[in-house]
Amino acid sequence: MYDVDSLYAKLKELQEPKGLYFNRDEELVRDLLNSLLINKDRYGYMACPCRLASGIYEMDKDIICPCSYAWPDIQEYGSCYCGLYVSPEWNEGTIPHVHVPERRPPEKLLAALGAGG
Amino acid sequence: MGDKVKLYALSTCGHCKRTKELLQNKGVDYDVTDVDQLEGEERQEAIEEVKQYNPSLSFPTLVIGDKCIVGYKKDEIEEALQEHV
Repeated sequence: MYDVDSLYAKLKELQEPKGLYFNRDEELVRDLLNSLLINKDRYGYMACPCRLASGIYEMDKDIICPCSYAWPDIQEYGSCYCGLYVSPEWNEGTIPHVHVPERRPPEKLLAALGAGG
Repeated sequence: MGDKVKLYALSTCGHCKRTKELLQNKGVDYDVTDVDQLEGEERQEAIEEVKQYNPSLSFPTLVIGDKCIVGYKKDEIEEALQEHV
């Protein structure tokens, strides 16, 4: 089972070649990795720490980290919704750090919660 | 002095943590509900409450008087707090 350090190393090795870079804010990253481990325990999968998961895998698939919205958010804002993964420009500070609005359609969450999530 | 400041959050969310820290640093008297920590009916009630302010059900959802601020928007939160005193 992972702890924060081993998860950090594993994800960095796995995601960086794909263009997903950890936020330079180490404290935030470590908090969020810890949250992913909490959600793994809770739900059996690493649901996004900043979204209310339903606990139903099929309905939460789009918010399993890295979520389906990470790429479009990083391209548009330089950061994913929760701030774990960012663009090089975000880390270099050459783009403004703005609030990333929720891209996930609310119907998806409402449907999941309606299904007893 | 208006209604008490109310924060709906997730215990796992970094932006929610920052919002809590901001409110604490400013000495704001506020209520917080970590919706992911609730279960059953209590959770359902909290979800319904959040939906009234923020139909997207995203977090943090911060209610200051008649203002609802979604997300960790420091400037907007500070401004709303000043007007709320």
